[in-house]
Amino acid sequence: MASNSSSTENRVQLRQLRPSFSSRFKEFFIRHLQVFFYSLGLLSRTPFSTLLTAAALGIALALPAGLYVILDHAKQLSGDFDSINQISLFIKKGVSEKSISKLQKKLSTYPEIAQVKHINREDALKEFQENSGFGDALKALKDNPLPHLLIVYPSLTHNEPEQINQLLLDLKKLPDVDLVQLDIQWLQRLYAIINIAQRGILIIGSLLALAVLLIIGNTIRLAIENRRNEIVVMKLIGATDSFIRRPFLYTGFWYGLFGSLIAILLVNFSLMIISNPLAHLSSLYNNNKLFSLGLMGISSSLTLLLSGCILGLLGARMAVGKHLKEIEPK
Amino acid sequence: MILFDQVSKRYKGGNEALSNVNFHLHQGEMAFLTGHSGAGKSTLLKLIALIERTTTGNVIIGGKNLNKVSRHTLPYLRRNMGIIFQDYQLLYDRTVFDNVALPLIISGFSSSKVRKRVHAALDKVALLRFEKKYPVTLSGGEQQRVSIARAVVNKPALLLADEPTGNLDPDLSLEIMDLFMAFNQVGVTVLIASHDIPLIKQLGKRIVHLEHGQLLTADEN
Repeated sequence: MASNSSSTENRVQLRQLRPSFSSRFKEFFIRHLQVFFYSLGLLSRTPFSTLLTAAALGIALALPAGLYVILDHAKQLSGDFDSINQISLFIKKGVSEKSISKLQKKLSTYPEIAQVKHINREDALKEFQENSGFGDALKALKDNPLPHLLIVYPSLTHNEPEQINQLLLDLKKLPDVDLVQLDIQWLQRLYAIINIAQRGILIIGSLLALAVLLIIGNTIRLAIENRRNEIVVMKLIGATDSFIRRPFLYTGFWYGLFGSLIAILLVNFSLMIISNPLAHLSSLYNNNKLFSLGLMGISSSLTLLLSGCILGLLGARMAVGKHLKEIEPK
Repeated sequence: MILFDQVSKRYKGGNEALSNVNFHLHQGEMAFLTGHSGAGKSTLLKLIALIERTTTGNVIIGGKNLNKVSRHTLPYLRRNMGIIFQDYQLLYDRTVFDNVALPLIISGFSSSKVRKRVHAALDKVALLRFEKKYPVTLSGGEQQRVSIARAVVNKPALLLADEPTGNLDPDLSLEIMDLFMAFNQVGVTVLIASHDIPLIKQLGKRIVHLEHGQLLTADEN
């Protein structure tokens, strides 16, 4: 019937209706930008509830981030100890200085060993007298009670705990050696603890990331529910799903951004609170340099920001994908 | 423009809202859809706007079979129709201007074009001076005119209205109907569901009567 002619007329009109491709392309970015700030404006209309949600997100993000920063410092600390691994060889009494320097030369050729330092018993006594405060008492001794000492520095390529253990066994077999000493056990324990802590942070981090997703998802679900009418109207006048989705996705993004900003503040604030007592503690160990916590670095702050934003977008996407389909005009 | 070919619609739960409806509305034609509440007027409009889908039969709009329109392409089809409701369906947190601009923004027009078109549409419904107001501050008739401006701002080929004067007194109703007549005069196809028989008889347009889901009068003039 007449449907053919009417459909061509209709199509002619359709073409008039559509903006040009380049215009749509340009408008696409402008609209994105507008929606980007429009969604921010919507959040600022309810500052209190926005702040509450962002604070909940901030706390959830701050916990794993703070633990990570502390662990990172602990790792650096243990890294410092790696380089000062040293093995003390106490030489038997009565071994001549000549054979000691022979032994020193022999050990220096070992591939496992970077350097061997000889500490003469006389020098050691002098140093002990000067530093210990027992100088006068020691002067009363007829004999020097200290043995000769060889300090062995393992080479960096043989720095793993198992390799050092093997080296210890080898050194114990040497005939001139009385005692071999290495305080490596606490280092091994520290490594083990750091390993466990790393796993722990991974678990806590994953759980809290999930919590962030759920918080944002739920917040967006409520936002969708509040604007159900608007969504219906938009659908009726021809809005695509992606058009309707957009402001909610950006809302999720903003929540993620605010949450991670709050998290950065919380972590740095906590670091500042801990840093003084920690500096005091390390000064008790007579080592100021070893354990001082600075603020969060730029790269970890950026990582935290980025993960916050991504989690925000993801949580919003999940909620939007699920709930927008349920809202249809009736 | 609109072709119903042996269309039936049965809702879940079993009541048949439309049974075997055949109906044709030409390009540029204007018709009224009448009948008691529950006669199927709204269902018929919903099938055109793809708010509901047919149980059997085909609805063809502008040469396009609606059974073949997917969820994904549906929005683009709706952009070519203006839909007007009894309860206006305006967004009350936005100004009159923003309400009317919405279809253009959805289609991706530039801001300057949006402004021009919105002003033209508001001018046609004589509400240009209210563009910065919020809908709540307007009377029912004015709100309905805003919704009409929003429906025509995209220059759709087809206008659908479901009881557009249902909440308005007779004078305002006539005013609204005159607006539809004016759009029809410039070539827009118009289909209006209304049970205000005295009013629509006065306008001298084609009247399609539905009763218990069946079409009683389908004269094509």
